[in-house]
Amino acid sequence: MSLLEVSSLTKRFGGLLALDDVSLTVEENEIRGLIGPNGAGKSTLFKNIAGFHKPTKGAIAFQGQSIVGQKPHTIAEMGIVRTFQETTLFQELTVFDNALVGTHMTAKTDVFSAILGLDKAVQRRARKKVMEVLDFMGLADRKDQLASELPLGSQRALALSVALVSGPKLMLMDEPFAGMNAEETNHMMDLTRKVRETGVTIVLVEHDMKAVMGLCSYLTVLNFGQVLAEGTPDEVRNNENVIEAYLSGAK
Amino acid sequence: MSDQGRFNLRHAALGAALLVIVVSVPHFLKFHHQDLLIFLTINVLVVCSYRLVTLTGEWSLIHAVMLGVGAYAATLSHNHLGLEIWFTLPLAGLTGALVAALLCFPLLRMTQFYFLIGSFAAGEAIRLIWVEWVSVFGGTSGLRGVEAPVVWGIDFLDPIPYYYFCLAVVTLCLLILYRIENSRIGLTLHAIHWKAALAESVGVDAWKYRALAFIIGSFFAAIAGGLKIHYLGSVTPNQFTIGFMVFILIWVIVGGYNKFYGPIIGVVVLTIFDESIREFEIVRPAIYGGMLILSILFLPLGLESIPSKFRSWFGAGSTPSEPPLTDR
Repeated sequence: MSLLEVSSLTKRFGGLLALDDVSLTVEENEIRGLIGPNGAGKSTLFKNIAGFHKPTKGAIAFQGQSIVGQKPHTIAEMGIVRTFQETTLFQELTVFDNALVGTHMTAKTDVFSAILGLDKAVQRRARKKVMEVLDFMGLADRKDQLASELPLGSQRALALSVALVSGPKLMLMDEPFAGMNAEETNHMMDLTRKVRETGVTIVLVEHDMKAVMGLCSYLTVLNFGQVLAEGTPDEVRNNENVIEAYLSGAK
Repeated sequence: MSDQGRFNLRHAALGAALLVIVVSVPHFLKFHHQDLLIFLTINVLVVCSYRLVTLTGEWSLIHAVMLGVGAYAATLSHNHLGLEIWFTLPLAGLTGALVAALLCFPLLRMTQFYFLIGSFAAGEAIRLIWVEWVSVFGGTSGLRGVEAPVVWGIDFLDPIPYYYFCLAVVTLCLLILYRIENSRIGLTLHAIHWKAALAESVGVDAWKYRALAFIIGSFFAAIAGGLKIHYLGSVTPNQFTIGFMVFILIWVIVGGYNKFYGPIIGVVVLTIFDESIREFEIVRPAIYGGMLILSILFLPLGLESIPSKFRSWFGAGSTPSEPPLTDR
């Protein structure tokens, strides 16, 4: 059984067919790349998997269980956590508090425990976990800064930390390398590999080909809402259809 | 370490001074001002409970009506069941929470501006029930007969004993509200405010937490309503109009809603200010309005932000930057 199985997924926005009969399977502990020209439906696919959109047709199974029609927070509880494009963080909170929100699923509490302080042990564990993850991500000495004060690379690392600290099985990363310089990209690639080594499966939407080719063992190419090609980076690089899709605009 | 110690000492001194002031203040006031002090104490609870609702970024216009729900619940349970204030207050709170819980289903389908208008409409609907259902709620003339009890020879209808009673109830409620805000739940509410989608992606049920804030806020608003009505002795629908709601908004905004104590400063300063210009009867609204405009123009983060402004003007080192008002 594959970790994630998407079959014949279709998403229609009025007259626009954003996803057209998309099927793909993701195996445990791989880093899967999802590439394609702008508007190919990559982010739409993410939103459908993570429950932010409801698919028009088709099935999505996670660990053999259907997740279609579930709310985002339910899907997160099952183990799928997404990160967002650009720098979506709680900009007004500190680095530490950002990551602390990520521990919600293991540290949430009820009103009476909160008032009486009965959840102290749980919260202490959550704080410890946050410090471990911030250490792991190299953000520990910035923990008291506001998220908005961080440089771009650190903001992306923090976004990854927020997702990681929630303990996901599958992480959907939406363009984590966009707008980064070479140094930042290398650092982020290292972090992504480190996250995978902890046992997390990653699906990566990305335009930065250096990062995609360097990280992913297997790629899925989307174009106009359909799967155009699948294969190893080398196979995809030499695929006629893919070259056509990427260069047709330039011809 | 020594820095931490001094910090705590300063807080302890501030707390002690505050305690002396709130305990001794009614003895220096005239009868009319003692009344005002009681309403001010109750209004502190009103603004603090309202702030909890706004933590998720949703501003409602039903808070004043929630006071009324508590006031009617207290009056009806006193008149029909013969309950004293010790029981009518918790009952008022629970009624407010229940009404809020029911309203969550239609209201929390909306956010932002739509929620604002929806909550106003729901509040007016409740007020109309009080006006129209005369046999139960007494119509526009309302209900009378509710009063504070006499215990061990202390008449709680006297302003000074009732003030101390209010002070105790409000302090307890503020303590609970403070604990909630500074707990995990408070963090989650802030997170929903700044980026609901990100919070949801790590497992936060945003709807549930919006509902929770609305229900808890309404619970304490209804207790405030009960407190008020046991002192006034009668309840009418006109005590909870949009006009009173606007005052709540003004107190919270002028005080500053980014910190727990901001709205408290707002309601205290504006009440004292409003009272101190009483002699300029005709132009009083103009003075009041003018001051509001000035304070919003020059202190968009509220009166609460004055100390940190001073610090940054007179260069006592760097100050922590203020969070911006709106979501980006």
